[in-house]
Amino acid sequence: MTLSNPSSPKEAGSGMLRFNALKPGTNVLYSIIFLLLALICVIPVVFVIIISFSSEASIGRVGYSFVPDEWSVEAYRYVWALRNSQGIPTVVMAFLTSIGITVVGTAIGVTLISTMGYVLSRRNFKLRGFYTTLIFIPMIFNGGLLSTYVVNTQLLGMKNTYWALIFPLACSSFYVIIMRTFFQTTVPDEIIESGRVDGASQLRIFAQLVLPISLPALATIALFLTFAYWNDWYQASLYIESNRHDMFPLQYVLVNIEKNIQYLANNDMAMSANSTALPSETMRMAIVVIAVVPIMFSYPFFQKYFISGLTIGAVKG
Amino acid sequence: MTVKKAEQKAGMKKKSRFTLDDLQLFFLSLPSVLWYVLFCYLPMFGLIIAFKKYKVAPGKGFLWSLFNNSAWCGLDNFRFLFANNRATTINMFRNTIGYNIIFIVLGVAIPVALAIMINHLRSQKLAKVTQTAMFLPHFLSWVVVGYFVFAFLSTDNGLVNHLILAFGGNPVKWYQGEAAEYWPWILIFLHMWKTVGYSMVVYLASIKGIDESLYEAAMIDGATKWQQTKYITLPMLKTIMIIMFIMAVGKIFNSDFGLFYRTTRNSSSLTNVYLTLDVYVYNSMFNNPRPVYGYISAAGFMQSVLGCLTMIAANAIVRRVDNESALF
Repeated sequence: MTLSNPSSPKEAGSGMLRFNALKPGTNVLYSIIFLLLALICVIPVVFVIIISFSSEASIGRVGYSFVPDEWSVEAYRYVWALRNSQGIPTVVMAFLTSIGITVVGTAIGVTLISTMGYVLSRRNFKLRGFYTTLIFIPMIFNGGLLSTYVVNTQLLGMKNTYWALIFPLACSSFYVIIMRTFFQTTVPDEIIESGRVDGASQLRIFAQLVLPISLPALATIALFLTFAYWNDWYQASLYIESNRHDMFPLQYVLVNIEKNIQYLANNDMAMSANSTALPSETMRMAIVVIAVVPIMFSYPFFQKYFISGLTIGAVKG
Repeated sequence: MTVKKAEQKAGMKKKSRFTLDDLQLFFLSLPSVLWYVLFCYLPMFGLIIAFKKYKVAPGKGFLWSLFNNSAWCGLDNFRFLFANNRATTINMFRNTIGYNIIFIVLGVAIPVALAIMINHLRSQKLAKVTQTAMFLPHFLSWVVVGYFVFAFLSTDNGLVNHLILAFGGNPVKWYQGEAAEYWPWILIFLHMWKTVGYSMVVYLASIKGIDESLYEAAMIDGATKWQQTKYITLPMLKTIMIIMFIMAVGKIFNSDFGLFYRTTRNSSSLTNVYLTLDVYVYNSMFNNPRPVYGYISAAGFMQSVLGCLTMIAANAIVRRVDNESALF
């Protein structure tokens, strides 16, 4: 949306704006600066991909290098060969865990955020003032890590459960406010009023009248949540004990990778004999690549939703 | 007119009691309210651990342990933090606030400057590609970034050490105490690397929203590019800059845990450089064989209360300067 502004100097072509364009020298300078910045942001990813396709011997000789003296897919073969007790490749298992958590978490999160946002957007709801306070206080005050941890593990009993990876990230006041603002500004009161005249319950009005016309905002929130869940390793490090390898999401496999590769190699009958020959340097980079590639290829398409979400969120209330 | 009046009358009548509509909305919001109670308000309530000698009673629940098994101890936990643990406490407060101040200043100045510059670029294609590329780090986790850093800084295989060797220098053990002087710069660089693209896009979105006719009027009056930036763009960005600023100030006692913990590989000889309040709390909970919940909770309590106060103070100051820009 903001990316293609029709009134940008080049496309508009009006004399006035062309007159106001950068001087050629400055433009070249700016272009070089931005090309460099873009490279700095992308090169580490390229570097890690190259490392993951280097041979372990090459790394022993020239270190991590953009131009390894020997290419190899050995790392990926070994990553594939690492199996858990059921014979499923660990990476596949972790990948599926991550996807599961992301999908379930996003669904729960969108439900919680959109219902709360909708309720807050109803001007004559009796508890509106109370709810506004309810969601506002957590924005400026929180219980901190320790009491959150103690409550989640000792009171709610979520240690070593997938729920511990899902619930804490599901809702946030910031997103609720984005949704509320969206409903207030974009959904006409007449639609809701017409639903009520027809005798529909609030749940039906919300599900059948409001949600279908709020898809852009829902998509934005869903994307925020999706990336948050996919990238999360912190919740896992808090709530999943380090011996529960079968429960690790992909990012947490990365956290524990040194220990993990050794552990998995030792536990695997077929590989325990030559576990010393494991290409551990390239293997961890291969897992990094597996975690990054889905993001790298998807975010350019979703970028505009992020930007629109940011601008909705900037509307205070 | 009359319809409106009738509506108003009906509305007033409704206000007196809880209607079916309210009930339905209440049930619609119940799951979210439950979430807020369980995951926001219970932990706040749990902060009283900071004023207790918390002991877990085996076999009993959290609430039982808290009320029947843990004696009140007043401010003892806080006293411990400042007395017995003085050097560490001072260090972690200095790091937390220090890094945050640097991040706040650079985090406004650099993205705003870049947003203005990229908006002036003649080639829209280049601007678009650059934006997309610079947005990438925002979508990566600190774990992944930690491995990127390792690829460059690893002592044996890292690119940087191999370059140093190639030029005849002495390799540096980057993750050891001998490299401590470099790490503040590395951390600042990494923070900017990860956040600049995102912030730049936020500011750029605001710049694109500025009415084009303002610039046209300025041009007719013969304003230079710099004058246009100074008198139109920057004032128009003021509100969003202030909102971003308050949000950052409100988090001045928090730190981006992954940055400090993962990219340094939690190296114990570098602790002084990256020990922030969050890292301290996490380390004392998970990397300490016998965590004392009272002390940790005291640190967390201070973090929460001080953070809340700074947020309110920052907002009050902004309200005084410019009522429109205040967050609440």
